[in-house]
Amino acid sequence: MWKWLHPYANPEVSYHFTGKLIPWFIALAAIFLSVGLVWALAFAPADYQQGESFRIFYLHVPAAMFSMSIYFAMAVAAFCSLVWQLKLSDAAASAMAPVGATFTAIALITGAAWGKPMWGTWWIWDARLTSELILLFLYLGVMALHNAFEDKNLAGKAAGILTLVGSINLPIIKYSVEWWNTLHQGATVSKLGKPSMTAEMFWPFLICFLGFAFLISFIICIRFRTEILSRNSMRPWVKQLVFFATTPVSTNHAGEK
Amino acid sequence: MQFTSVSDFLAMGGYGFYVWLSYGVTALLLILLVVASNSQNTAVIKHILARQKRENKLRQAAVQQKQQQNQASALANNTNVEVKHVNDSNEVSP
Repeated sequence: MWKWLHPYANPEVSYHFTGKLIPWFIALAAIFLSVGLVWALAFAPADYQQGESFRIFYLHVPAAMFSMSIYFAMAVAAFCSLVWQLKLSDAAASAMAPVGATFTAIALITGAAWGKPMWGTWWIWDARLTSELILLFLYLGVMALHNAFEDKNLAGKAAGILTLVGSINLPIIKYSVEWWNTLHQGATVSKLGKPSMTAEMFWPFLICFLGFAFLISFIICIRFRTEILSRNSMRPWVKQLVFFATTPVSTNHAGEK
Repeated sequence: MQFTSVSDFLAMGGYGFYVWLSYGVTALLLILLVVASNSQNTAVIKHILARQKRENKLRQAAVQQKQQQNQASALANNTNVEVKHVNDSNEVSP
């Protein structure tokens, strides 16, 4: 397995590999999100208790799940870069932070817009909401550290340590609805194997979830390639690639010959 | 289809404001993220290209200066009039 993975530690190989993945991610994200969101908005049944406001669920839950899983991925990348000095995993961690921050913000905002009609308040200092807000601040801190140093290795180290220390927040978010008696409802989907919702609601949710997954992969690939280019800008292959990418036709994604 | 008319769909059973607020904010944030990521990518490429051009210019200027110096020294010495045609400039031009 290591032999198979090894070439991808080369920035040039990774750059071209992610370049090939991007069109697939765009296409899949467009298909899944358009089908899933139309299904969620117009065809899924209304909740018997929450009525049509339940349609916020199809955004809120995937966003919240991804806000945590992107952080987990970022923590793994930070760990690899701190332990094995892999420069590319530093680039990956730095590419993931703004995406995770955006999804955390989406989870918080859609949560507030759902809380107002259901709980009667936009915001409450409940364990789940507070820990999710801390997650947003962790993301912002990691992004700030990545941009705070001219030396990208130093920046990666500082941001990586903050990422790893902050990962203690993940189990707190996950189990906050079980450990504390809060206003936020318990898990609806994540009971593996037997989701406690009807198939009519589960399928649009699953499609939206996959659509967001592909969209996230697409955005992270773009950001990852940007990081690779800016960190390797003195390398001959980057100079050549940039030159050939911009001279014939100026397109957004350089690199495909 | 859960709704009978467009106005029914927009009203969302009385929760229209909250539902459309959620979907609107999500769409806005995601579009901003994609646009920002894309423009950062092009900005980095432009930056690298600009620096490359600057380097090339500097290199060419250095070659020209060398040529002029050679010519000047050749004239000053007045011994060898024929000026070496330096082919370096060909290598520099991309």
